[in-house]
Amino acid sequence: MSRMPRRECSRVAQKKQFKEPIGALWEKGGATTIERPAIEKETRSKEDLDLPWLVIVHNDPVNLMSYVTMVFQRVFGYPREKAERHMLEVHHKGRSVLWSGMRERAELYVQQLHGYLLLATLEKAACYGDSPLQ
Amino acid sequence: MEIRRCNDEIEISELDPFLAELLRQIPASADPKGTTVAEQRLFSPPAHETETDLCKEWKLYVEPELRRLFQTATETVATDLQQLNGSEKTLANRVLRIPWKHADAWLSALNQARLVIAAKYNFSDAELGDHFRSPIGSRRDLSLFQVNFYGFLQECILREVG
Repeated sequence: MSRMPRRECSRVAQKKQFKEPIGALWEKGGATTIERPAIEKETRSKEDLDLPWLVIVHNDPVNLMSYVTMVFQRVFGYPREKAERHMLEVHHKGRSVLWSGMRERAELYVQQLHGYLLLATLEKAACYGDSPLQ
Repeated sequence: MEIRRCNDEIEISELDPFLAELLRQIPASADPKGTTVAEQRLFSPPAHETETDLCKEWKLYVEPELRRLFQTATETVATDLQQLNGSEKTLANRVLRIPWKHADAWLSALNQARLVIAAKYNFSDAELGDHFRSPIGSRRDLSLFQVNFYGFLQECILREVG
C-alpha cells in the first residue's frame, strides 16, 4: 500500500528562487552565476508537534475475536496476550487505543487496519482524553 | 464437511451441493456495489468528520488502494473456486483445495462477504450470535446462515494459520 501524503496544513513548502548572483567563479576567463538553491521550509504547528496521535479500534460485532487478535499481532507485532487484551477491550468497552505516537505512523497503522477490514480511526490524544495503552 | 491441512494446502472435503453453492457465492457476496451501507462499512472514514482534510485525502489516495487490495483477494478466491464449477449433481462430495499461500486472501474475502451481508441486512448482535437458526425460511435467514458459515470457515483457516 502506498503511503498517504501528509496534509497540506502540516507542511508548508515554500520554494523561492533567487536569480541574483550570490557567488562567482572565474571560469574560462568569465564569471559564472550560481543560483541560490531552492529552500524548502517545513513548518508544523506546536500542536502538531506536541500531541501524540492515537490509533483506536472500534467494536464491530461481525469481525471474529480470533481474527481481530491475529490482526493486532500482525500489524503491531504484539504478543498474543497483549493482542487478546486489546481485542477484549474493544469487545467490552467498544474501543481500545492500540498505539500512540507520531501522526504519520498512526496513519499507516490505520491504513493497515482498514486493509484487514477493522473499524479503526486516528485521533489527537488531547481531544478525547484517552490515555494510550502501550 | 471436513477441513484439514494437507502439506501446503487447506482441504475442504465432503462438500454437499448446498455448502458448495454458498462457497461459490463468496466473491459475489463480497461485492458492496449498489449498497451504500456496505460501501460505508468496507471504506469507513479514518478519523472524525471534523478532520476534513485527512478524510478527503484518504478518499483520494488510500481508498483506491484498499479497493484494489480487496478485489485482489476476491479474485484469488474466485480462481480457487473454479474447482467447484460444474452441475449441481457433480458437486456432491466435492473437494476444494486452497493453496496455503492463498489463506490470507480467503480470510479477507470471507470477511468482506460477512461484513457486506451483515450491513445489507442490518443484523442485530443477537441475530449474529444465533448460530442455530435454520437457513430455511427467508432470504434473511439464509443470509444469516451464510455469515455464520463464512465465519466458521474463517475460524478454521485461522486455526491452521496458528
